[in-house]
Amino acid sequence: MTGKEKLLYFLYLHRTGLTVTVLSLALLLYPLYQSNPYTLGLSNLIAINVIVVLGLALFIGFAGQISLGHATFFGMGAYGSAITTVTFGLPPWPAMVLVATLVGLFAWIIGVPILRLSGHYLAMATLGMNFVFHTVLLQWDQVTGGPSGFAGIPLLTLGSFAFDDEVRLHYLLWGFALLFLLLCLNLVRSGVGRGLAALAGEETAAAALGVNTQVAKLKVFILSAVLAAIAGSLFAHTYSYISPDSFDIFVATDFVIMVVIGGMGSVWGVLFGTGTITLLPEWVDFFETYKDFVHGGILVLVLIFLPQGLVAGLVDMVRVRMVLRRQKYASDR
Amino acid sequence: MSDLLQFIFSGLTNGSIYALIALGFCVVNNTMGILNFIQVDFVTLGGMLMFTAVLSLSLPMIPGLLLAVVGVALVAMLVERFGLRPARSDNHLILVFITIGLSIILRGVIKLIWGKNRMAVPPLTPDHPVEIMGASVLPQALWILLLTLVAIALLSWFFYRTSLGLSMRAVASNPTAAAVVGIPAGRIRLTSYAIAGALGGLAGVLMTPITTLNYDVGVLLGLKGFAAAILGGFGSFPGAVIGGVILGLLESLSAGYLSSAYKDVVAFVVLLLVLFVRPKGLLGK
Repeated sequence: MTGKEKLLYFLYLHRTGLTVTVLSLALLLYPLYQSNPYTLGLSNLIAINVIVVLGLALFIGFAGQISLGHATFFGMGAYGSAITTVTFGLPPWPAMVLVATLVGLFAWIIGVPILRLSGHYLAMATLGMNFVFHTVLLQWDQVTGGPSGFAGIPLLTLGSFAFDDEVRLHYLLWGFALLFLLLCLNLVRSGVGRGLAALAGEETAAAALGVNTQVAKLKVFILSAVLAAIAGSLFAHTYSYISPDSFDIFVATDFVIMVVIGGMGSVWGVLFGTGTITLLPEWVDFFETYKDFVHGGILVLVLIFLPQGLVAGLVDMVRVRMVLRRQKYASDR
Repeated sequence: MSDLLQFIFSGLTNGSIYALIALGFCVVNNTMGILNFIQVDFVTLGGMLMFTAVLSLSLPMIPGLLLAVVGVALVAMLVERFGLRPARSDNHLILVFITIGLSIILRGVIKLIWGKNRMAVPPLTPDHPVEIMGASVLPQALWILLLTLVAIALLSWFFYRTSLGLSMRAVASNPTAAAVVGIPAGRIRLTSYAIAGALGGLAGVLMTPITTLNYDVGVLLGLKGFAAAILGGFGSFPGAVIGGVILGLLESLSAGYLSSAYKDVVAFVVLLLVLFVRPKGLLGK
């Protein structure tokens, strides 16, 4: 191998690690260039959504299941943190761990029966679950504050260091997002992850090859629920105010749209899909009026023309082009 | 006693609506094997077209109703032809997500044309409650019961007496065999969407005078219709009707005797219970 080939091989071999390093550096330096709190607030919102969508992407893309109810777990995390810290006066960090554990338990209990379903049934059951949750948030107003929401949630602190401005929150939220991104990247390349990918491809074949499909699905479901709950807790502590509308079925479908645009089965696609959908309202002025067209249109067009997602679809197209060109080159000689 | 009768009447009224919507879900599921999320917006669209026909075009009630139902059926056919068919995919994950996307778009169109405000659709005949054995019933409720029966009768006639209906049943029971004997898939898909649209539209026209109308009124009604379809056994037509009626009764009885705050939750609790205990529903195969 020549030096150039060696270098390229090294880069190829460590592409995941290198991308993560570059991304972390970029995020580390970002607040130095961007000091506008509004823009930072937007990127912080992306970080929160990324955490939810990572879990959901594993569930949809790697376990091949549909969930239209992940706003439930997101909301449980948010309201859980709000209630434990404000009503019961627990400190935020232990409360967050406690809430995530409880949501994981809840996902386990509801997952055992719900995951026996598949396809449409699962989609509707999760949608139903989200609907019930949203109604409970609205109606049980002694605990949740009802339609007017829940205010006065404390900020997160480390000792006397409070995460009270956008720059500090940027490091906190993106720290969490990168941590979970690494976790998911490693998970999909482990034996468990390969089993899940097989499950998404063909459940019967995966079972025949020794993947315990029920247990695998349940594990991803619980993992995605816990991630959503942590994101919810962070959401509550970041904005110190939450209301039921942030956790309704339309939010749940938006999470799914983020997964689909990023590409079902692509961890990196999550960053792209979440970023795009979160930022769209900022790019398009007339967005408030045409929001539904843009969301629905993107979803339908991506699914019709690039069902593997925007990034993966475009990468595939380039790859096919390159292979075709190489073949043509070979046949010309 | 008259309380109970009152609850039963309101349960039957809502139940008929759920049954109509559930039938719409079943028709599409049987011929195309997908869950049609757009059904939800057909319901809204029915109410909206009725609103325009009666109040803006000042048509009489019956032509207005026909216009609304036919209008929704046409829109449904357009949605199938230009929204769903180009996908040419057999991956149900993709197809379900496409119907979700189309439903979001259609809701956007409705929001754009008719706005976000709540509107009142006039009932078919003026609101003078009728006394039946001590329960006071709105004439609209009687219309709902009557027209639901008419719709079910028409559907049975269509599926058992016309050649198009028979071919649709053939596709439902074995798509491959149906294709082998030369039943055109495209026409069947279009027809099933038209029927689903007409049923959803009819439900919307009949129900919106009672619930009031806005751009997402169909979401809740549609989801409950789906719950009814599951309860009866997804894909079974008698199951859809029975499921709708049972769901309507459970809902109005629990609202009457337990708590009305959680009335809308009943359908989903039932849905989840059925899915856990007997996922194929009451009459499912």
